[in-house]
Amino acid sequence: MSTTDQTLAPAEKAKAPRMSRYTSEKKAGKSNQGLHTKKSIILTVIMGALLIYSLLPLFWLFVNSTKTQAELLNSFGLWFSGPNALWDNIVATLSYNDGVFVRWFGNTLLYVVVGAGGATFLAALGGYGLAKFNFPGKKAVFAVVLGAVAIPGTALAVPTFLMFSQMGLTNTPWAVILPSLISPFGLYLIWTYALDAVPTEVLEAARMDGSGEFRTFFTISLKLLAPGLVTVLLFTLVATWNNYFLPLIMLSEPTWYPLTVGLNQWNQQAQTVGGDVIYNLVITGSLLTIVPIVVAFLFLQRYWQSGLAAGSVKA
Amino acid sequence: MTTLSTLPPSGQTLSKPRKPHVQKRDWTGWKFIGPFMIVFALVLIAPVLYSIYLSFFKDQLVGGNSFVGFENYGQALTDPKFWESMGRVTLFFVVQVPIMLGIALFAALAIDSARLHLSSFFRIAIFLPYAVPAVVATLMWGFMYGTKFGLVGNLNDFFNIAIPDPLSSSWVLASIGNIVTWEFIGYNMILFYAALRVIPTDLYEAASLDGANAFRIIRSIKMPALRPAIVIGGIFSVIGSFQLFNEPSILQSLAPNTISTYFSPNMYAYNLSFSGQQYNYSATIAIIVGLITAVIAYIVQNSGSRKEA
Repeated sequence: MSTTDQTLAPAEKAKAPRMSRYTSEKKAGKSNQGLHTKKSIILTVIMGALLIYSLLPLFWLFVNSTKTQAELLNSFGLWFSGPNALWDNIVATLSYNDGVFVRWFGNTLLYVVVGAGGATFLAALGGYGLAKFNFPGKKAVFAVVLGAVAIPGTALAVPTFLMFSQMGLTNTPWAVILPSLISPFGLYLIWTYALDAVPTEVLEAARMDGSGEFRTFFTISLKLLAPGLVTVLLFTLVATWNNYFLPLIMLSEPTWYPLTVGLNQWNQQAQTVGGDVIYNLVITGSLLTIVPIVVAFLFLQRYWQSGLAAGSVKA
Repeated sequence: MTTLSTLPPSGQTLSKPRKPHVQKRDWTGWKFIGPFMIVFALVLIAPVLYSIYLSFFKDQLVGGNSFVGFENYGQALTDPKFWESMGRVTLFFVVQVPIMLGIALFAALAIDSARLHLSSFFRIAIFLPYAVPAVVATLMWGFMYGTKFGLVGNLNDFFNIAIPDPLSSSWVLASIGNIVTWEFIGYNMILFYAALRVIPTDLYEAASLDGANAFRIIRSIKMPALRPAIVIGGIFSVIGSFQLFNEPSILQSLAPNTISTYFSPNMYAYNLSFSGQQYNYSATIAIIVGLITAVIAYIVQNSGSRKEA
């Protein structure tokens, strides 16, 4: 389950099955079974309980980020208490320890932009290559990628660390970015998507007109692949934003931490005897960590759903 | 992961007669797949080979680094700490996964049923926890679990009851199960819901003309259509369970006495490397866990497809 483990990528990325080539069409107009069914109050109530379960911790987080350290320990967890300290907490979080939180935020952005962006780009190039070209060793590529994907991240984490440390890569951003660049799931998704989305006739026509393969790719094919690219980008985005295990292993200097590792370091510090008690910062920092990803998620969730769709169908 | 290999299309599509643009040997495709394969070799293939290499060696005070054959494997297979951690994640997998998939299935069917008010709001809200990083999820629940000033403590004071300490040794695995369930119900729900959405509407119409009620439709039409999605959810959950790391590792600072350094196999491998410097043994453990996971994922996949036939 700790697929959670944004371990060494593949688990996550493979999480979703393949993209639908026809979900979008199917979806339109089909709201349900097409029968006129009565709304059920009982069902709505049961689902309401599940809804509360899903949102309760997030509500708790928000409520408690408005409290001072003292109120945090003395007031009821699920309701506001004392003066609203949200702003003070945010300021304190951002300025604590010479603003290390801001640095972590920047690191996370770096890992996400380069890692998720790069992973999407490599998957697009590769998936397209697999879908639209026949080349010697193609079957071997499939076999190796699919086979390696079955290896859990656990098996890779420690050896990757040892290898990277011999290469002098540990404790640099590269140690986090390089493994994030590989999304076998992304490759798979683009491959299946490109088979249909980019008609071979279009490529033939471009070739006739003397366009080079890369020029065709960048000017024509990428546009046709756009919906698939967005889905891959979203999955890699969430995976890199939430990545914890990999940076935890690779980085020993707080200056390169992403938010996830930094937050847990604050938490551990607060637990230590004699450590600075900064639960309010841990809580407010958690809130600040999830706001960007939740906003991105809400805006883009419809793509996810279509991306997730057909995998289950085809499997 | 494993899932990818479960999906038949690779074979099908490849064998489909699809005209390559040039019949003779053409290496153009490599210009596209090449960059991916180079990074892939560096971050996936090389570490796998390196860990296999490591597992056959031992770094000893006397004699330095020497080849020991299967000695590390022998040690791991008789290591009570290793088996204790395997037992724990197996229990976790056997209890938590069915509960989570069951709730997710119910939610997906409910949202698809058209009997729910505000169904799209439910769908998005229940899916939302998936976007929350495991670190934040664990910290939130960990604080809420606190009996002194957490929510559990509040409830105990307020109702004058005694909910058992969720972080005590007898409850901590269930508490971790709750966190993981919270994180992934929505994800699995969307997976199932997506599968339900592509069932052709005419099937329902035909069934209702034949007098089938909602439950009959669920049993005869929806469940068979859901099977592949359930298999996928199951495989991801197997892999996730056996890789359990983030949640116990983060909770450890809140419950240092109940979560050992070998709570899960992944934590054991991590601690062997980073606190114990026993890299060779750690790599061996990781390989064994990887193999066991792959085998179980394979069994889940097969049992799922067999029923289908």
